[in-house]
Amino acid sequence: MAGMDGPVSDALLRMGRHLRPGTVSPDLRALYQVGGRQADDFYRDRWSHDKVVRSTHGVNCTGSCSWKVYVKDGIITWEAQQTDYPSVGGDRPEYEPRGCPRGAAFSWYTYSPTRVRYPYARGVLVELYREAKARLGDPVAAWAEITSDPDKRRRYQSVRGKGGLVRITWDEACEIIAAAHVHTIKTYGPDRIAGFSPIPAMSMASHAVGARFISLIGGAMLSFYDWYADLPVASPQVFGDQTDVPESADWWDAAYLMLWGSNVPVTRTPDAHYMAEARYRGQKVVVLAPDYSDAAKFADEWLAPRPGTDGALAMAMGHVILKEFFADRATPAFTEYVKRFTDLPFLVRLRERGGTYVPDTFLTAAELDRPEGAFATVLLDARTGAPAVPNGSLAFRYSERGEGRWNLDLDGVDPLLTVYGGEAVPVALPRFDDGGGVLERGVPVRRVGGHLVTTVYDLLLAQYGVARDGLPGRWPSGYEDAAEPYTPAWQEQITGVPARAAARIAREFAANAEQSGGRSMIIMGAGTNHWFHSDTIYRAMLALTTLTGCQGVNGGGWAHYVGQEKCRPITGWAQLAFGLDWQRPPRQMIGTAYWYLHTCQWRYDTYSADAVSSPLADGAFAGKATADLLAQSARLGWMPSYPTFDRNPLDLADEAGAAGDGPAAYVAGEVAAGRLGFACEDPDAPGNWPRVLTVWRANLLGSSAKGNEYFLRHLLGADSAVRAQEAPPDRRPGDVAWVDEAPRGKLDLLLSLDFRMTSTTLFSDIVLPAATWYEKHDLSSTDMHPFVHAFTPAIDPPWQTRTDFAAFHAIARAFSDLARTHLGTRNDLVALPLLHDTPDELATPHGRVHDWRATGRPPTPGRDFPKVVVVERDYGAVAEKMASLGPLLERLGATTKGLTYDVSGEIDRLARMTGTAPNGRPSLARDRDLCEAILALSGTTNGRLAAQGFATLARRTGTSFDGLADEHRQITFADTQARPVPVITSPEWSGSESGGRRYAPFTINVEHRKPWHTLTGRQHFYLDHHWMHEAGEALPVYRPPLNMTALFGEPPLGEQSEQGVVEGVVVRYLTPHSKWSIHSEYQDNLLMLTLSRGGPTIWMSPADAAKAGIGDNDWVEAVNRNGVVVARAVVSHRMPEGTVYMYHAQERVVDVPKSETSGLRGGIHNSLTRLLVKPTHLIGGYAQLSFAFNYLGPTGNQRDEITVIRRRGQEVDY
Amino acid sequence: MRVMAQLAMVMNLDKCIGCHTCSVTCKQAWTNRAGTEYVWFNNVETRPGQGYPRRYQDQERWKGGWELNRRGRLTLKAGGRFRKLLTIFANPLMPSIQDYYEPWTYDYDRLFSAPLQDDTPVARPRSLISGKPMKIGWSANWDDDLAGDPSPDPVLRKVSEQVRLEFERAFMFYLPRICEHCLNPSCVASCPSGALYKRSEDGIVLVDQDRCRGWRMCVTGCPYKKVYFNHRTGKAEKCTFCFPRVEVGIPTVCSETCVGRLRYIGLVLYDADRVAEAASVPDERDLYEAQKGVLLDPRDPAVIAAARDSGIPDDWLDAARESPIHRLIFEYGVALPLHPEYRTMPMVWYIPPLSPVVDVLAATGHDGEDAGNLFGAIDALRIPVGYLAELFTAGDPAPVRTVLRRLAAMRSYMRRLNLGQEPDESIARAAGMTGPQVEGMHRLLALAPYAERY
Repeated sequence: MAGMDGPVSDALLRMGRHLRPGTVSPDLRALYQVGGRQADDFYRDRWSHDKVVRSTHGVNCTGSCSWKVYVKDGIITWEAQQTDYPSVGGDRPEYEPRGCPRGAAFSWYTYSPTRVRYPYARGVLVELYREAKARLGDPVAAWAEITSDPDKRRRYQSVRGKGGLVRITWDEACEIIAAAHVHTIKTYGPDRIAGFSPIPAMSMASHAVGARFISLIGGAMLSFYDWYADLPVASPQVFGDQTDVPESADWWDAAYLMLWGSNVPVTRTPDAHYMAEARYRGQKVVVLAPDYSDAAKFADEWLAPRPGTDGALAMAMGHVILKEFFADRATPAFTEYVKRFTDLPFLVRLRERGGTYVPDTFLTAAELDRPEGAFATVLLDARTGAPAVPNGSLAFRYSERGEGRWNLDLDGVDPLLTVYGGEAVPVALPRFDDGGGVLERGVPVRRVGGHLVTTVYDLLLAQYGVARDGLPGRWPSGYEDAAEPYTPAWQEQITGVPARAAARIAREFAANAEQSGGRSMIIMGAGTNHWFHSDTIYRAMLALTTLTGCQGVNGGGWAHYVGQEKCRPITGWAQLAFGLDWQRPPRQMIGTAYWYLHTCQWRYDTYSADAVSSPLADGAFAGKATADLLAQSARLGWMPSYPTFDRNPLDLADEAGAAGDGPAAYVAGEVAAGRLGFACEDPDAPGNWPRVLTVWRANLLGSSAKGNEYFLRHLLGADSAVRAQEAPPDRRPGDVAWVDEAPRGKLDLLLSLDFRMTSTTLFSDIVLPAATWYEKHDLSSTDMHPFVHAFTPAIDPPWQTRTDFAAFHAIARAFSDLARTHLGTRNDLVALPLLHDTPDELATPHGRVHDWRATGRPPTPGRDFPKVVVVERDYGAVAEKMASLGPLLERLGATTKGLTYDVSGEIDRLARMTGTAPNGRPSLARDRDLCEAILALSGTTNGRLAAQGFATLARRTGTSFDGLADEHRQITFADTQARPVPVITSPEWSGSESGGRRYAPFTINVEHRKPWHTLTGRQHFYLDHHWMHEAGEALPVYRPPLNMTALFGEPPLGEQSEQGVVEGVVVRYLTPHSKWSIHSEYQDNLLMLTLSRGGPTIWMSPADAAKAGIGDNDWVEAVNRNGVVVARAVVSHRMPEGTVYMYHAQERVVDVPKSETSGLRGGIHNSLTRLLVKPTHLIGGYAQLSFAFNYLGPTGNQRDEITVIRRRGQEVDY
Repeated sequence: MRVMAQLAMVMNLDKCIGCHTCSVTCKQAWTNRAGTEYVWFNNVETRPGQGYPRRYQDQERWKGGWELNRRGRLTLKAGGRFRKLLTIFANPLMPSIQDYYEPWTYDYDRLFSAPLQDDTPVARPRSLISGKPMKIGWSANWDDDLAGDPSPDPVLRKVSEQVRLEFERAFMFYLPRICEHCLNPSCVASCPSGALYKRSEDGIVLVDQDRCRGWRMCVTGCPYKKVYFNHRTGKAEKCTFCFPRVEVGIPTVCSETCVGRLRYIGLVLYDADRVAEAASVPDERDLYEAQKGVLLDPRDPAVIAAARDSGIPDDWLDAARESPIHRLIFEYGVALPLHPEYRTMPMVWYIPPLSPVVDVLAATGHDGEDAGNLFGAIDALRIPVGYLAELFTAGDPAPVRTVLRRLAAMRSYMRRLNLGQEPDESIARAAGMTGPQVEGMHRLLALAPYAERY
């Protein structure tokens, strides 16, 4: 028998075994033991706990994971994931457990040294305030004095971000906050107040309560989805929808999956298993990422396109699909799909231009003198060759004649996809690769009603360069032709992806779709969505899923996972968050434009807006600055603009009332006469500054603030590391006033509510201590799964912390007390943009821009000018209104996406459930009441409303939605506390969960023939708005990343700047999402810091590191005109040469020394970025290109940026 | 035959996303306290990489585990207990705190307390050992996602001629690790105080906190470096397989919270009389089969009878029969032990990962689901088979290749079903399986809900 070696040790051990309680194995190797377990009591004690509470994490993450929070002796000990999600049917992996290391580290915050335990305020400000108040005896007068005295103002603004915070009481904090709000409303107007809090889905009540306060007083809520650049503008452009995507369990249904610029294991950690597991079912996975990412580990193939060139690869893939599955061989499944569900068969007019033709607007019934008008698009019937006006276009959505006809029924018409076979003409199409130019291609044409027309499909083939015999123009000779866009060989020069690989993947993708009935999916992420031209990248990618009939199919289509986070009970949330139960309309502002103007970033635009124009443009952007286009968009009513006018809207309402011919006419007249100006035309005038900003559930200055240093300098008046020069006189706006010295310190009060110290709290004037997610009631939902579930407090808010709910109610009470005497009841004149999903979409026939200022024709509010509405505000009653459900709901109903729900039946039920307030209305006095109301007022959580909504919709469409809604199910807050609850299929969204089906977007459109909310009612390849033509983006097109050298004079990419020694290397600067944080949250968490490298890092390739003499873990500085970042280098061979990653939202709070370049604390990841506004994102008032909050607006993109990175002195100074 | 029961785990590395949730939930539950700041009962390593503590797999340096002496008998690599008793006060084979990492925190309080000053307040790092400001230079997970230079990886060094660390050929995977709860634990054998023991009913290896005298020989003895020294209490601590949880029928924290759903727990039966013999087979490459040979078939009537004789209750035998572990090791043959050459008979097994084919910049590639290419692709995978073999089969590539073929065959076989085509039995046969077996394996690896994983 084998045994231990050595006679002496054997002897010793033999002796020893008699001395021990256990059993030594006969060979003396091992000790077995039974009993004597008291020694292990420590671990048993440690495991014990008193209760387990269901909660989750409340903002900025799509997870919406349900967690178990363990509590022992009244102390939160740790958390672990719940595993009790309802089954998804047994034919696929279940949703348990969902979570990630960041969420698992959350409880660290509860008792951590970075926990905000008490209200804090800037000491200098508190001293000034107390002195003034003691002297003047009135909080509002005190605030007025210190903010209007230039010296006092400078004293507290200039020390923002420099320590010196002092503890104050809640009462004093609320008093100062209330005084600031009252003073601002009285002096400048309520639209000089703003609130910023993103992602309501993740904690609906916490978001809603603050938004409700801001909305009731007339302040502006700032958008976040577009501001974060998470909004894929292509979605409203193509689908007429904000974003709608499959739940993650639907990845299982895909038979072919591309992960394109999306690092699922890191950014969708709780659901990544579906991707791993679907491979076992034979799903092929292709990962497209510039680095060897966490996702690439799971790929069958990894393609590494150069950053920002994804659009070129997608265009080449589209070329292959159009050639092999349409032109060379008709694929019936694809053809049938695009005929019914896309704009490809619709007719487009051609316009002569310089001896050739260019595509113009859609042909509509108006041009054929048919009664359906200018919003009825036209196609040819293949059976007869005659023009037909099919149902479903915008013309049928709101009109009386359209009742019952807003649907995708073809009524026997067979849409003709191509007019090939007869006459053909050359067309000129813009190209932007290779410095820009014009493609000369040809299309077949017909003459219809005297108009020369072709189909969108024919234009598409021309654009993609898919040749057909007999057409004029220059065409690629084959896939190997690298000179002509958009061949596989052409893209190889741009992307670095081998031509044959690109062609093969495209072929596989389409073949799989054909074989599987559309189950080819693209998960697309921020790697492709955060570029200046991401809308073009996305349209090229969406062409792949749409041409192959994958949209509206389980397991197919786009799966855009970039921050949107579906607030499933959207109707109820929206009513409460914007106070629509008391007053309508609310003010809702596009975040990007707000920050672009008010942080003075527009002043640093050294290029003309014309830089983005098409070589075939008519010159609409010529000689204009981007700020000019923004002002134009505002004055035409396309996009919202707050502050709106250069006058207090309360005073303006009084003036308008006195004038007597209605507020809209008065305002339009005053503006036309030049007596009233738009604030955005003079954003630096003190009367037009934003004055009070409240940030909660957010970390603006440590996370999302592109152009961080400009925020510090101009909005706050703090120190900053901006190095850029302002625009020279010949590049300045014409319509926007230029003051010689840009203001520093526009904001009177920056208020933040948080449970941890961030870059925002460090710069705030007042910081209120917030309860954490484990200390409150709330609701959570996501697009990743179909459940709603609850937050329940594991402990009461400790120290002096309060829930957002309690905090805003305290602020509202303090505000109402002061406002009762200082403000009373006032009329407020609200200017509104033209809104999506309303008849406002009909304001601009054919997308032809009418600028009344240019033509001199008087503006018409609601057509080419904002709508104007007067709202009565009883400022003393704000607190009371906050705490009860108002009566407008019964009177006006609740509207979501153009569908109005009669909720009067729910009000009584709510009153019974939550009790009534002193005013007799249903009570919203507790956070639980707010949650209950959200659930009761939404179709997804109240089957009665869902069924009613479908019935309403059916009257408009004339089709049936019977059986989709589970009419008899009503989800209560208690249900969501017990277990995640599956939502009810509702017309609020485009997919169906009925019968336990997995959610995929647009299945209702495809299966119930409901139109998309677009011009044609179909998915759009073609966008005919004039500005889209100006930008050269009427069709899918490739646009390269912005050239920062040309626009701003940055050194060229790849250059090694040498000044004596190696000084640094110029690289693409990307900020993808981190493994160790959710935005800035957790990047300061000790557990996450311990698992990573303990502080800010920049990842780079060994080649770039060598060029700049940088070693792993060396301190480096990254510098460009926008600012500077100090971090340590991570040198890794998984990084491509020429690109560095500074993972998103590493801020200045932890282990950031002073910069050698600026002498200041080395910035955050966004210190190197700045805002660049794309003009086409400002279009409004036209079909799907109409504004809705967080639905359409300019994106705060940041990926096109470059930086010099260099090794700095290794002895750092803090 | 002396039948004993053992709780064992299988981790499917093919599914691991490297998220570290297991590490965090484990640490929060067990080791976020003074004395164990640097301790991660569960950690996740990026491979290639140095691991935690760094280069722990270099047994020429650390002398963990067992070896055979000239007479072919098992002996602790660091020397027998007698020698240990003689060197008890001076142990050069202990990783230092720097080899693990010096734990730290930050001056978070400065964010509140900083007076009015010239700069924005910041929280500097500070050592949790010395209390002094420090520059962070190493951690429990320093080389996550190929950060820095992985070339000091001891496993990589063994196959260095096959591997180039360059962008075009980059590969990585994650290796989550807990205590192996070995059948032949060298930590237990190393303890001069008899404080480490293996629970006779379920094989969990524990430290008797009353009996531990802090000699730390267990730290040296464990080749996986999964016994830690609590510098506050002066005692050894280690992964307990969450015995307070498993005793009441819930899985370990690391398993339950694994969002990759890659962990399986189950009971296996083994013949305690044959452990030493199996651990002593001369050729290291025979250890994988030898280790399997010690495990018993819970459906074998003889085994059942012997188990009853050993006092193993019937419900435990039921559990052994339903064990996903047994199926993964035997029926599907896809689970392999970690470093069998340490001769400790580890009881945490791993399914090796598939990976992309190495053709990122080449013009063509294999289609991993196409049965025609199926097996040709195995040797074109980014992760070199040799590297996996050094981890799981003492360098023998054949068993690793077999596992990867089975995983690939499952994908190919299931793809036909996915697309509504007839099943192709030949695909299963080519990997040495039957169609129903492949479907069973698919269910266990892809679908298995909570109750079937544990």
